[in-house]
Formats: sequence, C-alpha cells, structure tokens
Amino acid sequence: MTRKPLSRKHRRLLILGACGLCLAGAVGLALSALSDNVTFFVSPSEIATKAPAPGRSFRLGGLVENGSVRKTQSDGKAGATFRITDGGAGVDVNFAGLLPDLFREGQGVVALGTMRPDGSFLASEVLAKHDETYMPKEVAEALKKNGTWNPADGKPAKPGG
Amino acid sequence: MAAPNLHRFANPGQFLRLSGWLLPWLTAGGIVLTTVGLGWGLFLSPADWQQSDAVRIIYIHVPAAWLASAGYFGLAVCAVLSLIWRHPLADMAAAEIGPVGAGATALCLATGSLWGKPMWGAWWVWDARLTSMLVLLFLYLGHIALIRAFDNPERGYRAAAILALIGAVDLPVIKFSVEWWNTLHQPATFKFTAAPTMYQGMIWPLLLAAAGFSIGFGAIVTARLRAAVMERRIRGLMMARAQESV
Repeated sequence: MTRKPLSRKHRRLLILGACGLCLAGAVGLALSALSDNVTFFVSPSEIATKAPAPGRSFRLGGLVENGSVRKTQSDGKAGATFRITDGGAGVDVNFAGLLPDLFREGQGVVALGTMRPDGSFLASEVLAKHDETYMPKEVAEALKKNGTWNPADGKPAKPGG
Repeated sequence: MAAPNLHRFANPGQFLRLSGWLLPWLTAGGIVLTTVGLGWGLFLSPADWQQSDAVRIIYIHVPAAWLASAGYFGLAVCAVLSLIWRHPLADMAAAEIGPVGAGATALCLATGSLWGKPMWGAWWVWDARLTSMLVLLFLYLGHIALIRAFDNPERGYRAAAILALIGAVDLPVIKFSVEWWNTLHQPATFKFTAAPTMYQGMIWPLLLAAAGFSIGFGAIVTARLRAAVMERRIRGLMMARAQESV
C-alpha cells in the first residue's frame, strides 16, 4: 500500500509546527536556566537559607513589618530604619534618602543595597510595590471598619462592588 | 486541509467591498467607546485608596498594553496564513499592523514609566514584565524594518513572517512574567480563574476604554490595508498602461 504524498500546504504546516515545538522547548529551557537572574528581588527567607556574598549589591523585597519604621536623621539628611519581612524571616534595613509616597507599614517594598557584617541591610534605593487591588478610599475604609480587611494583612478577599 | 473558504477573503476586491462597509462602523464605534471609557475613567471614576488620582493612568496604560500583545498576536496569525496558505492579504495586513502595534507598545511603555515614577519611585526598572515588554517593542521595530527591507516584497514578507512567529514566544513570557518571577510590577488584576480585584466603578470604564482602543485599532488597520490594496491596484494599472504604450 502506498501512502498518499503530503500536499504542499500540509508539509509546510508540519515543518512550521516542528520548528515551533523546537523553539518553544529551547526558550523554555533558557528561561528556566535564567530564572535566578530574571528574579527582580529576593525575600528574607531566601537570604536566611542562602546568604548572599557580603558587599555584593542585590535587591531585597517583602512587606514592611508593622511598628518597625523609625525616621532617622544623619548629617541633616532624612532617612529611616525598618524591617522587611515575608512572614517567615525578617531583615533590618537602614536607608538614607526620601521614601516613596506609597511607603508605609504593611506595604510591599523592594530595596537595593548590600548586607552588612551585622546581618542588617544597607539600602541605597527603596521602591514601593503596590498590589493588584484597586478600589475607592471609601470602600477601603468601609472594609477596614467592619473588620473584614486590615491593609497590613495584604489584599482583601474581594473589593466591594 | 480544510480551509476552502479562506480564499474568498483573499480576493482583494471582496475585501475592499466588505471593509468599505465595515470601516465607518469601526471608526464610529472606536471613537464613541474610547471617549466614553476615557471620559468616565479620567474624570468621573473614583480615585484609588492607595494611589489616589495617579491610578487613572491605568485607563490608558492597560488598553495600550493589551493592544500591544493582541497586535503582535495578529502579526503571528498573519504569518501562519502567509507561510502555509500563501494568503496574499495576510502579508499586506502584517505590513499594516506592525507600525500601529509598535505605537501601542510605545504608548504602554511611556504611560507605564509615567505611572512608575510617582508610585514605585522609579521611571524604569529591569524587572521581567518591563523587560519583556521592551523586547516586544524591538520585535515590532524589527518586523517593520524587515518587511520593507527587500527589493522583492515577497522575500520581505517571508522573512518578516518568520520573525513574527519566533517573536510570538515573547507573548506568554509577558503575560506570565509577573507569576513566574518576583517582579516590581504587580500581578494581573483580571484572571481566568478568579473575580477581578477591582471596584466595579473602575472596571467598567477600563473595559470600555479597552474595547474602544481595540475597535479603533481595527479601524486604523483596516483603513491602512484598504489604502495598501488600492495603491497596489493603481500601480498595477499604471504598469499595464505603460506596457501598452510601448
């Protein structure tokens, strides 16, 4: 029994499909190999298990721990010390400079800097991270008031419509 | 292969008739929906609890981002139609989608930068979402250049179609970058599996603006494609006349 030869369209479709599979596989492998470098920041828990080299600059991300923020003054420049936590571990952060508007306790932040020998983190830049919930102030107030949501705990279950 | 009806739309005359009827509707729909969506979003919708009025840039940023990805997906679809079925209109459509999609991508990056400075504290960071979106802009620019780079347009079409398909790998990377890696950019508000984490009075203007941008995008591409088809016809007629007079 002889097989019917493939039509040209069919053959082009097969070639294209095969190329697509190879390409997707190659990119998938490359991305998974790169995943450590693609990550924008590391969390305090990751630092606890795998300490970064001292003096090497990296980004530390997490939530600002409640009650940990202290404004500081050094050489007339405003600064702050606070603690970045991810629920498990926490790292003390020293920062001299202006904090972004969104910075507050319970807020997600990403700090760029280096570890110091005493285990604290010296930040040269602090970025605020906001979450993907959007709602008017009144709705946020109402959710807080009836106790269904505390901003320091993270995002609410569902913003009221 | 069951694609018998595709060639009905490959007929440029058929396309001109159909698109001539469709274009005024697309134009009107795009203008009306964009005006309503942006007017509602920029002036009437409530300010956000943590970002206050800065949140309003979302009504331009998110539709532009959606169009940037959707436009590139359109390029990839055109590439498949061109490489497998040799659909002549698909090549011309790809040439016309490219610059419009690049414009949407540039708008997304610019508004994102304007939004990032007051909220995050930085105009630009090299996180996975922002970087993959910048790569998309370069893919668009490469496509625009490549499709016009050859004296023989067929060769340009072929090369650009291959680039469009290879570049399509970036689309899932953009979409899932905020889930696969730690990024400064927040995760998606609209998910396939859960209700959007957004107040209803903000969702509606955003959806209207996104619909308006999309239909407007369709109108611009349709108008450009009509112009390209007519231009090709005119060139054909002129060449035929020149040959007659020889």
